[in-house]
Amino acid sequence: MKVIEVRNLRKRYHRHVAVEDVSFEVAEGEIFGVLGPNGAGKTTTVECVAGLRVPDSGTVRVAGHDPHRERDGLRRVLGVQLQSAALPDKIKVWEALDLYASFYPGCADWSELMERVGLGAVRDTAFAKLSGGQRQRLSVALALVGRPRVAVLDELTTGLDPQARRDTWELVEQVRDSGVTIVLVTHFMEEADRLCDRIALIDRGRVVATDTPAGLIARVDGKQRLRFRPSAPVDDEVLLALPEVREVTRSGEQLTVSGTGNLAQAVTLALARHQIIPADLRIEQASLDDAFLALTGRKLS
Amino acid sequence: MKKILVVESKLYLRDWPAMLFSIVLPVALLLVLGSIPGLAEPDPNLAGQRVVDTHLPAMMILLSLLTLACTVLPAYLTGYREQGVLRRMSTTPVHPGLLLAAQLVINVVIGIGTSALVVLLGRVVLNASPPRQPFGFVLVLLLGTAALMALGLVIASVARSGKAAPGIGSAVMFPLMFVAGMWFPREVMPEALRTVGDYSVAGPFAQALRDTWAGGWPQPLHLAVMAAGLLVFGGLAVRLFRWE
Repeated sequence: MKVIEVRNLRKRYHRHVAVEDVSFEVAEGEIFGVLGPNGAGKTTTVECVAGLRVPDSGTVRVAGHDPHRERDGLRRVLGVQLQSAALPDKIKVWEALDLYASFYPGCADWSELMERVGLGAVRDTAFAKLSGGQRQRLSVALALVGRPRVAVLDELTTGLDPQARRDTWELVEQVRDSGVTIVLVTHFMEEADRLCDRIALIDRGRVVATDTPAGLIARVDGKQRLRFRPSAPVDDEVLLALPEVREVTRSGEQLTVSGTGNLAQAVTLALARHQIIPADLRIEQASLDDAFLALTGRKLS
Repeated sequence: MKKILVVESKLYLRDWPAMLFSIVLPVALLLVLGSIPGLAEPDPNLAGQRVVDTHLPAMMILLSLLTLACTVLPAYLTGYREQGVLRRMSTTPVHPGLLLAAQLVINVVIGIGTSALVVLLGRVVLNASPPRQPFGFVLVLLLGTAALMALGLVIASVARSGKAAPGIGSAVMFPLMFVAGMWFPREVMPEALRTVGDYSVAGPFAQALRDTWAGGWPQPLHLAVMAAGLLVFGGLAVRLFRWE
């Protein structure tokens, strides 16, 4: 079932066209990624979905509600986490949750939510004194406190250290498992790859492609690369005889084999037949970055 | 709404510079200046009134309310706009207008509370009379407070950033204090300055406070200027205020 439908969305600021033509659908229960470089129109798109901006043309429906005309209906089903800090410096964690909970009729028990996002230990800490990761977790909690069906999370992990980023990703997965549909806006390829069920790639105000991460990657030339140190000398011809292998290069003891298809399996089997073990084996595959490059001719990051 | 008020009140109580300038400073000035012996004697410049009778307390009430309206209120509102607090709230079922209303209520309550403190301490510590025309005094206090808060909303509307707000606020506040007689009582002002003062909202407010304090009724001109200020600033604020 579709929870969000966006059709031919267009939004212009003065002369600058932020969103040219964006369409996508988000299914109930999925993590849907809106991925693209800075300035691609991602934030403007989700702001139109969240009813914060009025589109110039096109239609948006969130659980059947027009975000602009049916603000009240929208706000009961949609929770939003915005890009930047959005709380007074001196408000304490529990006060913010308690206050936002009071905005929604018949709302969630916020103390349970506070524990779930791991903020129980800092419940009395002022917002300004929280770490970046804690702020983001509070922000996610505020987006969820009204028990929404859909949560929009915008640039959730920008500026976080790797550990805080992983913790936040786990939190997002937990939230999805609790039945909330998530729209994740990011310019961060690894994040989209790890979390999203489907992704809309956006560039210069247009959707370039919508697919699963694997589906997007499969659209680019499926070239792969294996690097390893063979445990015994290996003849190039042994590997080049395999249909999957296109090229073999050497640098010192290290071999690099590139090719397509089921390359890793074919090469390791061939080596095994000659009782050779590939040490320090590394497999390099195309990424979403490569997919974006192939689809737009530009780099994602 | 109740919860917003509670939270915003707590935030204000954690903001000690705002408390210092809007509550402590006016009250402390009243007590310190009021205890200077010369100021407790009848002053020929004030037509025989003592400074502590009407001029000093009226000025301290004005100081508190101008501080709240011109600096505290705009600083909070522009800060909330800049940090995205208002925008964040507009994604919930509650309109950010409630947050603005809560800020207004808190600033009005603190201003009126400080005024009550000035009256009370003047009576108890300085042996000065409370307002002799209490009904008129309350009317003037409410009307003047409303007009100044509307002015504060205009400042919050035109200040583009949280950093610009205190500068604009001070640039508005100090001339208003001057023409209202903070440094030279209205009685010793040159005629031209007094006329300017009569149309400055703060000037009529201060003078109307003094008139009712002395037992009389405010001049119709002064009431009219305050009412006009409320309408004009209120209208401007409604047109100019931006939520983001």
